[in-house]
Amino acid sequence: MPTDSESIYGFVTSHKPDAGGHFGRFGGRYVAETLMGPLQELEDAFNEAWSDEAFQAERIRLLQQYAGRATPLYHAEHLSEEVGGAQILLKREDLTHTGAHKINNTIGQGLLAHRMGKKRVIAETGAGQHGVATATVAAMFGMQCDVYMGREDMQRQAPNVFRMRLLGANVIPVDSGTATLKDALNDALRDWVASCQDTFYIIGTVAGPHPYPLMVREFHVVIGQEARRQCLKQMGKLPDVAIACVGGGSNAMGLFHPLRDDPVRLVAVEAAGHGLNSGEHAASLGTGKPGILHGNLTYLLEDSDGQIEGTHSISAGLDYPGVGPELAYMHEQGRLELMSATDEEALAAFQQLSLCEGILPALESSHAVAAAIRMAADMRPDEILLVNLSGRGDKDLNTVCEKLGMGGMESLT
Amino acid sequence: MSGDRLQECFGRCRNENRAALIGYLTAGDPDPATSEKLLCALAEKVDILEIGMPFSDPMADGPSIQAASERALAAGTHMDDVFRLTAAVRKAHPDIGIVFMGYANVVYVMGYEKFAESAKRHGADGVLLVDIPPEESHDLDAALKTEGLHSIRLLAPTSSEERRKLVAANASGFIYYISLTGITGAEIGELDSIRKQVDEIRHLTKLPVCVGFGIKTPEQAASIADFADGVVIGSHFVSQIAEHLSDSCAMIRAVGDAAGTMLEAFRAGSGRRE
Ligand SMILES: Cc1ncc(COP(=O)(O)O)c(C=O)c1O
Repeated sequence: MPTDSESIYGFVTSHKPDAGGHFGRFGGRYVAETLMGPLQELEDAFNEAWSDEAFQAERIRLLQQYAGRATPLYHAEHLSEEVGGAQILLKREDLTHTGAHKINNTIGQGLLAHRMGKKRVIAETGAGQHGVATATVAAMFGMQCDVYMGREDMQRQAPNVFRMRLLGANVIPVDSGTATLKDALNDALRDWVASCQDTFYIIGTVAGPHPYPLMVREFHVVIGQEARRQCLKQMGKLPDVAIACVGGGSNAMGLFHPLRDDPVRLVAVEAAGHGLNSGEHAASLGTGKPGILHGNLTYLLEDSDGQIEGTHSISAGLDYPGVGPELAYMHEQGRLELMSATDEEALAAFQQLSLCEGILPALESSHAVAAAIRMAADMRPDEILLVNLSGRGDKDLNTVCEKLGMGGMESLT
Repeated sequence: MSGDRLQECFGRCRNENRAALIGYLTAGDPDPATSEKLLCALAEKVDILEIGMPFSDPMADGPSIQAASERALAAGTHMDDVFRLTAAVRKAHPDIGIVFMGYANVVYVMGYEKFAESAKRHGADGVLLVDIPPEESHDLDAALKTEGLHSIRLLAPTSSEERRKLVAANASGFIYYISLTGITGAEIGELDSIRKQVDEIRHLTKLPVCVGFGIKTPEQAASIADFADGVVIGSHFVSQIAEHLSDSCAMIRAVGDAAGTMLEAFRAGSGRRE
């Protein structure tokens, strides 16, 4: 007789990349020769761990006891009523320990690093949520932790910088390029090229060289596995639409993967920044084209010479010129619907959710909420729209209060 | 390959009983006009010139070559300029080897065939893309082969025996052994272990084996030239540009002098080669 957790988390679908980590023409392993050996070692270790019951049991135990899974699926009746269309359901990843879905992945990779005997972990971070989640498991497993973070992101996500430091991690400011997430990834890769023999690189999204896109997806599918079952149980049927914001795509793949063989519309919401025509956004699937960056072939924002373009989003976690290769593949297969939300729409959604449901969403997640509100209005009340509320908004209070003219810390006295 | 310029370069060096000097600069650094003079000055001294294609995200490079890419791009260097500069060097130096070095995306976006055709037409002999391992190289290699261009491959201290065989079987022109586990411009690895690895690679291939990454002083270069077929020097030449940004005449002289010093060190050491 399977236990309850086994039957939830045992739900699997097919959809594997090929042996080289390709999803169609996307993905792969485009890295310097120095990293080819360490990536093979990682792939072997992951495959071995993934089929080891003891590893899985420990991972699920930590997800439940440490991270607080399963997270609730909340029927946001007040928001649904205010919007006046479909029933809006929120998958509450914001309620996990550390406040975002990122912890699902870092528990998985942290356990793997520990199992491989690595004494040091490194990570890149944009919003700081992945950095915090990495610092958290590093503290728990007693591993040294260095986190690369763009200097611009350190300013706008300052609370997370302090959290990482309090957790014993060293936050390394990145000044190269645009001083945001892509540059943090560059520097983390540069570190790993030199340190790969004793360091584990915990990548924070479903991007990077194989096996990262597959591995990170597998660590996040708990989101969709739970949500699928919760929706069936609470609403008596599957959702009509599942919707998630996309930076690299980890919260989206986590939700979408267990639903991709069901008759459920999958909607990916990208950051439209100042508008898709402004040249200042981060909508790589919607407006980019295929290219090679950070170890994989995927959709990128790039110029005609293949130079990567600067991006803009109010949310640091979406401010990235690429996207996970499996999402690029699903997009070309026609399995995704693309939407985007501007900075302004995300802010409005942040406020609306705060005021009508008492939930402060992360600015990343606010993009998904904004698109959901727009979409739900045109749907029937018997239809269900399931939103991945990937994180909580505490880290964004400075940015939001400033934008809304509420003043900074000094205005309190 | 008939009329193989790279093999002729290595052949000439062998006749002089010395290793080949391979020098790297980023095309368009600090600006396309000065870069043409710098590349020509370096071409005077080296046997093989590596022309870097600037890229916005040079993940395998240290601060020195990162800054070179940034300067080149800020000065408006496009791939058209890279090809134009290459043609200028080729015209002035019909016999040296020229290898394009850079990152996959620039070439992928242009299209492998179009890139290979253009590289050949402007005078290149080979191509080395840092982030395309043999596993991802099928289409690129086919395009290069059509144009008679060498596909140069890297090996690293972390490459297993199995990978060395795979890489050796897929390479042409020469094998580029990365002396250290890290990025360009870092501290060079231990000499004995580099020598041992180079010897092991020689058992797998008849191709010349060259060593690069982190070689900064004439002494280091000379001691590697004792056993390798070629020594690649990049960050050290590039840093001459950074040091003389306000004076392009001094900059050009510094790059030429730095290469000259390296070459003398090889020549002086040539007696030690077995
Ligand atoms: C709360 C939250 N949601 C979403 C993202 C975007 O990442 P991904 O697309 O991988 O889910 C981030 C990234 O930092 C985040 O912190």
